[in-house]
Amino acid sequence: MKTPKFLLPVATAGVLALTLSACGGGGGGTTAGSDAEQGLDGRGPITYVQGKDNSNVVRPLIEKWNAAHPDEKVTFKEQTDQADQQHDDLVQNFQAKNANYDVVSVDVVWTAEFAAKGWLQPLKDKMALDTSAMLKPTVESASYKGTLYAAPQNSDGGILYYRKDLVPTAPKTWDEMMGMCTIAEENGIGCFAGQYAKYEGLTVNTSEAINSAGGAVLDAEGKPNLNTPEAKEGLENLASAYADGSIPKEAITFQEEQGRQAFQDGKLLFHRNWPYVYNLAVTEGSSKVKDVLGMTALPGKDGPGASTLGGHSAGMSVYSKNKATALDFLKFLTSEETQKFYATQGSLAPVLGALYDDQELVTKLPYLPVLKTSIENAEPRPVTPFYPAVTKAIQENAYSAIKGEKSVDAALSDMQKSIESASAGQ
Amino acid sequence: MTAATELRAKQDQGRKAAQNREKWASVRTYVSAAVILVWCLAPAYWMVVTAFRDVGYTYDTSLLPTHVTLDNFITAFDTSFGNRFGQALLNSVFIGVTVTLISLVLGVFAAYALARLNFRFKYLVLGFILGASMFPGVALITPLFQLFTNIGWIGTYQALIIPNISFVLPLTVYTMTSFFREMPWELEEAARVDGCTQGQAFRKVIMPLAAPAIFTTAILAFISSWNEFLIASQLSNDATQPVTVAIANFAGAQPQQIPYTAIMAAGTIVTIPLVILVLVFQRKIVAGLTAGAVK
Amino acid sequence: MATELGPTPVKGPASGGTPIHHGPKGVGEDNAIASQGKWASWLLAPTIVALAIVIVYPIISAIVMSFQKDAGLDPVTGLFTAGGPAGFSNYTNWLFQQCAAPGGGTVACPPGTLGSQFWSATGTTFYFTIVTVTLETVLGFWMAIIMARTFRGRSLVRAAVLVPWAIPTAVTAQLWLFIFAFEGIGNKLFNTTILWTGSEIPARWAVIIADTWKTTPFMALLILAGLQMIPAEVYEAAKVDGATAWQRFRMITLPLVKPALMVAILFRTLDALRMFDLPYILTEGSNNTTTLSILVVNQIRQGFNSAAALSTITFIIIFIVAFIFVRFLGANVVEQQTGAGKGKK
Repeated sequence: MKTPKFLLPVATAGVLALTLSACGGGGGGTTAGSDAEQGLDGRGPITYVQGKDNSNVVRPLIEKWNAAHPDEKVTFKEQTDQADQQHDDLVQNFQAKNANYDVVSVDVVWTAEFAAKGWLQPLKDKMALDTSAMLKPTVESASYKGTLYAAPQNSDGGILYYRKDLVPTAPKTWDEMMGMCTIAEENGIGCFAGQYAKYEGLTVNTSEAINSAGGAVLDAEGKPNLNTPEAKEGLENLASAYADGSIPKEAITFQEEQGRQAFQDGKLLFHRNWPYVYNLAVTEGSSKVKDVLGMTALPGKDGPGASTLGGHSAGMSVYSKNKATALDFLKFLTSEETQKFYATQGSLAPVLGALYDDQELVTKLPYLPVLKTSIENAEPRPVTPFYPAVTKAIQENAYSAIKGEKSVDAALSDMQKSIESASAGQ
Repeated sequence: MTAATELRAKQDQGRKAAQNREKWASVRTYVSAAVILVWCLAPAYWMVVTAFRDVGYTYDTSLLPTHVTLDNFITAFDTSFGNRFGQALLNSVFIGVTVTLISLVLGVFAAYALARLNFRFKYLVLGFILGASMFPGVALITPLFQLFTNIGWIGTYQALIIPNISFVLPLTVYTMTSFFREMPWELEEAARVDGCTQGQAFRKVIMPLAAPAIFTTAILAFISSWNEFLIASQLSNDATQPVTVAIANFAGAQPQQIPYTAIMAAGTIVTIPLVILVLVFQRKIVAGLTAGAVK
Repeated sequence: MATELGPTPVKGPASGGTPIHHGPKGVGEDNAIASQGKWASWLLAPTIVALAIVIVYPIISAIVMSFQKDAGLDPVTGLFTAGGPAGFSNYTNWLFQQCAAPGGGTVACPPGTLGSQFWSATGTTFYFTIVTVTLETVLGFWMAIIMARTFRGRSLVRAAVLVPWAIPTAVTAQLWLFIFAFEGIGNKLFNTTILWTGSEIPARWAVIIADTWKTTPFMALLILAGLQMIPAEVYEAAKVDGATAWQRFRMITLPLVKPALMVAILFRTLDALRMFDLPYILTEGSNNTTTLSILVVNQIRQGFNSAAALSTITFIIIFIVAFIFVRFLGANVVEQQTGAGKGKK
């Protein structure tokens, strides 16, 4: 008999490996040692790590800092434009205890994970940062178990865009908005759409729906809390709107850009998206809604809804040797001057509440007042160190529920069980 | 004599039928070639059209170019916002050429041994080489990252070149081995009888015959390295990043905006040199050396 | 004929147990093996070393880690702590879909956990592999035959065929996502309103079309190289003998191209079984397009040790496929090679 003997070594290599000693390990734990060992007083050159600098705000800021701090220069390490890859790159470097990743920009949803893995320096005691002027939800999203782990850097929230020419008064509640769908029907366009493709955006939209109906994905202790009437109402709102066509069928394939395209083409009456749409919708040549673009807060149950919070914070790596410099740099990033520069140069929403009422800024970025309402009412996305598992559990089940492949009850109960299982660890 | 005449008559008849057949065959060939061209180029055409479109009309679906602009190409090469597309192109070429040359040399060595020499453990070696193509590449990154961190290789060219060589080697070795098997090795022996050394015989007789195989393997290796993204995205830095990483770095002017037009421009830029390269090489190498053998 | 130019189909070792190794004519077999062995080890060493560093070391370290638990959360401090030895629990998580239960112990993985997706991901992976490799083989063969003919514009076709493959996968995926968008050119051109990424069958075919478009050139090129090795005289002889085109294809082309074809199919299969970028960017694994590699990446973000277990399982699955391929489908690149020292009988 012939035997593909050549496949044997592959098998033996596998067996061999079993007998080798373990070399992998789990996460960090606590960092012990004196202040000096931890580098709390360390000063010197540091590196700032952030995803692609879309609108060229980071470089001028760093130049400015370097001019003022010739002995504590900051080098900019730019990551890719994709959030997943930024996340993976940070994880790799933290796992390798890379001391050169001093200050890192973390998406609000990564804060808990990185904090629980012991990779972020707690910003307390000697390393404390003043957050009193910041919008509260942004501070909460940078905290884990009551401790601040990163400096809120910029924020983001959902806005309801609508057609001013067709909608007489902006809707305040979900039911009001659904009541206006007859207008869409008369004009032969879709009524409402957010982002319902199965990706991170679906988590955003689902938690918004649940939060706006008064529910919450996770309770204050971080335990799933989905078998509630409020959560049911929230998800049901999306599912039934999709079923009756108020949300057009194609919205199940929408990420931000496809939704924006449909809205700018005049094919939607209402559209939930981020502030970035404003600039493009009023400037792009192909936009058909330039002069009829309305903006308001997301609709809720009885008033403004609860947007899901986006944005980034700046964290300090525990492996940094120059933490004193790093702290100064965090303060620099959150200063009023820098925040203003973020807003004017990069259209990045500030974390300082006062700036939203700054007349000069509002003229430049007319969506700021709406965004302020949105962010003030915002709920952070579920804050949990198991975020990657939680977001998958939400996406998987919400997607089935919206498409009508699963009942809302079953979807919520599966969501609940999946999150429980993920947080139970192995 | 009669047999010969008969044969000639038969051949004449055959030739006429054959000419007819050939006419039809050539029509069929051209139709097929046209279908292949459309299938391969239609999506690429859309890439090029989009690349030349004004970003404000990204989602325009007119088939012909509209709102034509060169802005996307200018954006791609514009270094003021930290794009390093030009540098990345050079990196990709450097990495690709190095990977191709090294893996070809190693592949020819290994394939020669596997196809021509008898030795113990041949199965083990072949299995080992094939086994290297069986583990999900995505799971290799974490251990590799730690290994390269420990030896200080993160961000170096060798950290990008060596993994790429390993990724293409199994295919290179197997392809070359399967082609070497088919070689008329008697010619090599004949050359040795004529006074060539084994090395000379290999270089002067076998290599030219193997040219299509080697050329094919070279393209396979080069494009595979040219396309590699996962490893490079984690192991390269600003100075060494290849073009795939540079494209992933393209960002829209607004945070959530996907810069389709710039990405398509980049796709166009990286495809054109490759096509030119293939056209040039094809004429010089394949057409020249294998003119007799090609049908 | 004493010497036969061109390849000779060589049979594998007969089932009777004929010795596999054949030394060159006129040389003592043992001696030959010894000296050739020395040569062979020098020639093979660089390849082995390159693979050992970049592939074998990570595989072994991943396998070792797959028997460690992923970090768990200390409820008091809220910090992750190292998991300790896991036994086979990372494996049962996937194979038997046993997930951790809130109070300790395990429960069947609820829908929404990655563990619950293992078997559907395996099914999807095989579906993609079988469909794409079949399509790519047939199309690739056809393209290769056309490109091997002599006609005006041949080099244009050869260059054009490479275009899909020369475009980096990251761009390809974005391009197809763009084409398959609801308001994209795909629906516009064919006047359809298909939600390409919105339900199972279109989503799977979107991936298949994109993958076939991109990778067929790989097949075509390898097969073309195989075709080019066939001496023209063989065809001429067959034509004179009155063989039909189909007969020529079956009796000459196919057997002579088979070694190259089998290598191409084998490697395409191994690659397709590890498919990642295209479905990941096109659909993010929605509507049953999650492949095993996508599942691995999703799990890496939740914990590497369990992902290492999944990678090992994938490795074993691919190993079995390669085994079956070589054993039953006659992809005997290997055993044929051994016999083919020279143009022997």
